[in-house]
Amino acid sequence: MTLLPEELKKDFPLLQRTVRDGRQLVYLDSGATSQKPLRVLDAEREFYERYNAAPHRGAHQLAEEATEAYENARASIARFIGASPGEIVFTKNATEGINLVAYAMSNAATAGAEAERFRVGPGDEVVVTEMEHHANLVPWQELCRRTGATLRWFGITDDGRLDLADLDTLVNERTKIVALTHQSNVLGTVPPTKAIAARAHAVGALVLLDAAQSVPHQPVDVGELDADFLAFSGHKMLGPTGIGVLWGRRELLETMPPFITGGSMIETVHMESTTFMPPPQRFEAGVPMTAQAIGLGAACDYLADIGMDRVHEHERTLTGYSLERLGEIPGVRIIGPGTTEARGGAVAFTVEDIHPHDVGQVLDDLGVEVRVGHHCAWPICRRFGIPATTRATFYLYNNLADVDALADGVRQAQKFFGTA
Amino acid sequence: MQLEAMYQEVILDHYRNPHHKGLREPYEGEAHHVNPTCGDEVTLRVHLDGSGQDATVADVSYDAMGCSISQASASVMADLIIGKPVKEAMAVGEEFLALMQSRGQDIAPDEDVLEDAIAFAGVSKYPARIKCALLAWMAWKDATARALGEAS
Repeated sequence: MTLLPEELKKDFPLLQRTVRDGRQLVYLDSGATSQKPLRVLDAEREFYERYNAAPHRGAHQLAEEATEAYENARASIARFIGASPGEIVFTKNATEGINLVAYAMSNAATAGAEAERFRVGPGDEVVVTEMEHHANLVPWQELCRRTGATLRWFGITDDGRLDLADLDTLVNERTKIVALTHQSNVLGTVPPTKAIAARAHAVGALVLLDAAQSVPHQPVDVGELDADFLAFSGHKMLGPTGIGVLWGRRELLETMPPFITGGSMIETVHMESTTFMPPPQRFEAGVPMTAQAIGLGAACDYLADIGMDRVHEHERTLTGYSLERLGEIPGVRIIGPGTTEARGGAVAFTVEDIHPHDVGQVLDDLGVEVRVGHHCAWPICRRFGIPATTRATFYLYNNLADVDALADGVRQAQKFFGTA
Repeated sequence: MQLEAMYQEVILDHYRNPHHKGLREPYEGEAHHVNPTCGDEVTLRVHLDGSGQDATVADVSYDAMGCSISQASASVMADLIIGKPVKEAMAVGEEFLALMQSRGQDIAPDEDVLEDAIAFAGVSKYPARIKCALLAWMAWKDATARALGEAS
């Protein structure tokens, strides 16, 4: 068993608190948002205390220092995923990163010839999967609605894997982009993105990965992914809210039309027309989320110091243990793969005859904080014919005792509602 | 344990054995309400006797999917309002809404008006669950407005 040291928990002040009548907090909702280590909190605080200024504007000393810190953060984040800083676009979160690409694709209709590759219209197809978070589904539905393109999707097998039987017909010469999750936020499934990317590129389609649940939990090197775009959120990886990243291949970012326009992203402005900066600035209009970017940079450094291999292995151990502990409870059904193979640390389940809201309420009463509902991936619930699930998600600060508390809590819920 | 304060016996009884459940004819108004945060759903029909200001709630039938709180609330509500004049039933709804918005503060809810629905007082302490308790009431209000619109 390879677990990270317990002392690590001390880096996270919030995890020391109690909830609901003095219960020790057991936080199992990092898939929704993670807690923050002191190093991230300190980095944000230091920015505001010492060099708060608008980056990339002004020539005074504070502006210089703010710009340097902001760009250093970009470099840290780039290093963290094996990218070059010029390919890192700061966004509000993964949702905005995905919308950026979807809107750039509809904006391509009226952009110059260099944007040809991004144009979408009637007869074209966009491919997603049934296991997408709404953030990687609704923007594509909307793109299709705006442009007349057709949305198609991969289904899910009974054991929670992506059904690739129709890969060659689903992804065809009409496909403009394949947008899929790099790790499902409900099922935990890690789809074979390389095989899908290979097919997509063979027919000239772009590939976007929703990496909101992968970059925080496993080593990711964009050089090995065969993807064209990768979107993730800072707050799910120990960083602040309000900051996310869209990584894109440099040659694509250079020809992609902007989404949000305004200050900072311009080169020259006349009353009649404007020219734009090269990427990444072209996609970063307005004074950016500077403190948040710096906080995310600190989060990446913190995770890199621990080592993402170790983080991944730690979560794998917890996931395996939770599949075992939950799986042995009569009436519990795991929604998603039953083993840790190609699977991350999101464990969703149903408890026979108890609605997830009620399971969650009992757990909450015991200090165990999980997510209940459809987890912004409603089609997964429909696919499995269930109204909702209870979901536990793990991170580097969780331990085996947390999993025990979860399993004990589920049994407690069964006792309370008289179903076991 | 705070659980008993929230899951009163009355609530669990209604949850296990819901009253008036199932969709029935005839009806003049129907509404479908969803709680988008958790996916709970209710389809509710209202059958009125008479029209306009003098109408009486002759039947409330529903099909619902959701947690114990939302299921029990639909059952308790149907018990409370069937047979009441619409105006009076609306007033009960207002009283229940006030109870739910009390955030667990002592607002001395009127037990004569709310009857079994008073058991939901504990739910008001949990903001995430208030919507569960109100789902059927909101659907009823909506369906009744439709029924009155058609009848007048």
